[in-house]
Amino acid sequence: MTGYLLEIGQALLALLLAPGLTGFIGWVKARLQGRRGAPPWQPYYDLRKLFGKEAVISNTASWLFRFAPYVIFATTLAVTMLVPLIAAPLPFDAIGDLLAVVYLLLLGTFFLALAGLDPGTPFGGMGASREMTIAAIAEPTIALAIFGLAIGAGSTNLGRIVAQTLANPGAVINPGHLLGFAALFIVTLAETGRMPVDNPSTHLELTMIHEAMILEYSGRYLALIEWAASVKLLIFFSLLSNLFLPWGVATTFAPGALAVALIALIAKLALLGLLVAMLETRLAKLRLFRVPELLGVSFVLALLSVTSSFLLR
Amino acid sequence: MTTLFTVMIAGYVAGALGALLMGEGVIGRGAVALGAFMGSAAGLVLGVSAVISGQSFTFASARMLPLTGLMLHVDGLSAFFLIVIGLLGVAVAVYGFGYSAAYEGRYSLRMLGAMLNLLLLSLSVQVVAANALTFLIAWEAVSLSAYWLVLTKHDQPETVRAGVWYIAMTHAGFAALVAMFLLMSSGDLTTSFATMRANAATLSPGLRNAIFLLALFGFGAKAGIVPLHIWLPMAHPVAPSHVSALMSGVVIKMGIYGLVRVSLDLLGAGPAWWGGVVLGVGAVSALLGVLYALMQHDLKRLLAYHSVENIGIILIGVGASMIFRSYGLVTLAALGLIGGLYHTINHATFKGLLFLGAGSVLHATHTRNMEEMGGLIKRMPVTACCFLIGSMAISALPPLNGFASEWMVFQSLLGGFKIPTAEVAVMMPLAVAMLALTSGLAAACFVKAFGITFLAIPRSREAEHALEAPLSMRAAMVMLAAACVILGLAPFVVVPAIGRLIAGLGGLPNTQVEFTLGLSLSTPNGFGRMSPALIAGGVAMLLALVPLAMLLARVNWKRRISDSWGCGRIGQTPRMEYTATAFAEPLRRVFAELYRPTKELTIDFHPESKYFVQSIGYRSEITPWFDTYLYDPFLWFMRLLAGVTRRLQSGSLHAYLVYVTIALVILLLAARW
Repeated sequence: MTGYLLEIGQALLALLLAPGLTGFIGWVKARLQGRRGAPPWQPYYDLRKLFGKEAVISNTASWLFRFAPYVIFATTLAVTMLVPLIAAPLPFDAIGDLLAVVYLLLLGTFFLALAGLDPGTPFGGMGASREMTIAAIAEPTIALAIFGLAIGAGSTNLGRIVAQTLANPGAVINPGHLLGFAALFIVTLAETGRMPVDNPSTHLELTMIHEAMILEYSGRYLALIEWAASVKLLIFFSLLSNLFLPWGVATTFAPGALAVALIALIAKLALLGLLVAMLETRLAKLRLFRVPELLGVSFVLALLSVTSSFLLR
Repeated sequence: MTTLFTVMIAGYVAGALGALLMGEGVIGRGAVALGAFMGSAAGLVLGVSAVISGQSFTFASARMLPLTGLMLHVDGLSAFFLIVIGLLGVAVAVYGFGYSAAYEGRYSLRMLGAMLNLLLLSLSVQVVAANALTFLIAWEAVSLSAYWLVLTKHDQPETVRAGVWYIAMTHAGFAALVAMFLLMSSGDLTTSFATMRANAATLSPGLRNAIFLLALFGFGAKAGIVPLHIWLPMAHPVAPSHVSALMSGVVIKMGIYGLVRVSLDLLGAGPAWWGGVVLGVGAVSALLGVLYALMQHDLKRLLAYHSVENIGIILIGVGASMIFRSYGLVTLAALGLIGGLYHTINHATFKGLLFLGAGSVLHATHTRNMEEMGGLIKRMPVTACCFLIGSMAISALPPLNGFASEWMVFQSLLGGFKIPTAEVAVMMPLAVAMLALTSGLAAACFVKAFGITFLAIPRSREAEHALEAPLSMRAAMVMLAAACVILGLAPFVVVPAIGRLIAGLGGLPNTQVEFTLGLSLSTPNGFGRMSPALIAGGVAMLLALVPLAMLLARVNWKRRISDSWGCGRIGQTPRMEYTATAFAEPLRRVFAELYRPTKELTIDFHPESKYFVQSIGYRSEITPWFDTYLYDPFLWFMRLLAGVTRRLQSGSLHAYLVYVTIALVILLLAARW
């Protein structure tokens, strides 16, 4: 019973923390660039405001345009119950493994891209086309990273991977593990639309990807999509931190362990947030057609990671 | 069982005769549909009951088989393919009733109906054939009836060209198969499969390798593996859509059936390189199939290239299974084969569905060019919904059936690290990466296919005034869409069933004991666990809960319909929309090395100033490299050879008599020797 409550708790926690994470990155970035910037809790205000506004819908859009935000939000939320944020293994561990997580997120991306095409504006189509290109090219890296993790843990299930790494701490410093982390980090930047792949703070530029797709959205629909996007960022950060550095994750459902896990999660998220903010201030956005090269690098890293686990076994 | 079998045969025969006798008109179409429906339904029930009872049957009734030497036998594998044929046959029969109405008075409905039933009949006989002779006769009947069906719209040059390619490729394959069976049965084609199976172990390794390679070529030409796929993107678009569905869903699967039957069942376990070749061919077919699909803007040709892709995915599963089998990892071998077969039935349902959907679009807009479609989701809601489900299934998105089977294939590949030989084991991560890239690109391709066809503003007058398909066509699509959902939600029923029917095939174990199957699906040793049904339930619950929570939080529910935002410009026209070509442009650039597109840009400047452009012409074409580097030289060589041979044809009777005498002498000497 505690387990199921914890599942719901995890989903709510993700919903609660995610806008803060996005806000935190923005705030650190502003500071690093010598600006005062909006406070870290600004995204919460934004969401509240968006939920209170009326939604304007393009007259050329179909029902799919109105349905897509709910699909995107629901799939992202479903994933938060499969990913070990503070505890592992969770009762829903048998429902979906790492492959299911990846494909559930792809389902959200699929609908987002369709929604981008639906109003028939050039920006939407442009965003959809680019988003699907990047999602497709990032896919092999993700699969190989899963392969690497699965070899180590003997399972694709997230709970097992976490438990296995906790049991063999030495595995963390083996090259396969580190290369896998680097590969998945690059993919995280691409999948969540951060620099140098996409610029999250741009509107109406010819370089935008995510923003171009959601240009026609407003009101509650936009709020759902923005919220889901920040939850997706949180999911990728938690995967990075809890699969590769699982310390702090509660293996029992005791209140003390959960409290430690919560603090550890926030600390890890903040650390990764800091890293991303620093990268975003130091790096320029890549040209769209240079992005495949970056993802190619991540693919090679992932391939090396898997081959080295083969050789070192 | 015998009764069901007789009903199946009788249904198809009645359908074919009905078509020939009743001819055009609603009665003729009804007779065709009824016959095909009855036959397919009986075949479906026969397959299902054979799977449930787990027994095999031999039909050796002399009355039923006037020609001596024919042998029919239903075992697990045949039963599975009977289900695939029956499932799609039922939908196609219903769909064809409505769809072929548009052909009335233009093309021969008699031939279409008769050949459709003959195709279904020969397919059903094909999978229950129990000796080489029966198999080859059925194989040829499938090829010829499909050829007639491809040629339905015989007055278009495109169709004739496709027909020629198809018949040439399929006969090249047929020749290989005859040679293969002759080698395997040491010259006697009436040898039963059971005898061949028993004798296979005594064949020399070189002969076994030759048999395997001939099988790969012969069955591969039918299945459409790269580079033998060339006929597929030509023949599928020009055939009537329900025939395309049948060809893509079932006919090319006969290649898979044959390959599994011969290389796994009859030959038993082979060396690892057999599996390696099948896996390699599968991975390359999958990736190249989807890459070329991305560049198509002919909706049906796009789907045809996706058939190449999915055959590749199936072969990845089968190949992995063969590799594991050769290392004695039988559980993983079973997993790979189950994944491959599961994807076979899934591909039959979703690709059938997509071709029927494309048929409905073609029926409404009279074009296959996606650049002239758009906005159809409003005019054709049922077709759009069905096509969306098919698109999600083929993109392997949960909780639909494509996801379940690709998950199985992934899981079997992930077990690759157990292979002791490092060189072989390294193939597995590469296959994983290629499969992942394939499924990602498939998702991109179907965002394009669905988005450009059904969403946004209509791009032509036809699309603007499109009408929803008639009832029979809608019913068939809904039926297949339901099959996609059910097959996707219930792998815990499908997987053990397939596991049971492949038990014993080439020494594979009964997987019943190895798979723990509650509501979730779990691979051996708990390597992976997943439950599509619960994922679907969870997402559905959240889909309901989120609006409820929003209602409780009193969000603003007001909605205003207004113009799209146009950067200050007023009025939105279809010409401003993203096109299919533009959508695929980033990927075309990324894979430019492979596509090597030609580019031709002509700009017509104003004579007064070159700052004013009067018109711009842009033309870009992609010729697949196997056309240029493989088939063009081959055709050139064949023409040369034909030119030489032609000199023999002098037209003089004396010369011919000399030829006959020389041939006779050589034959006599050969027989003596």
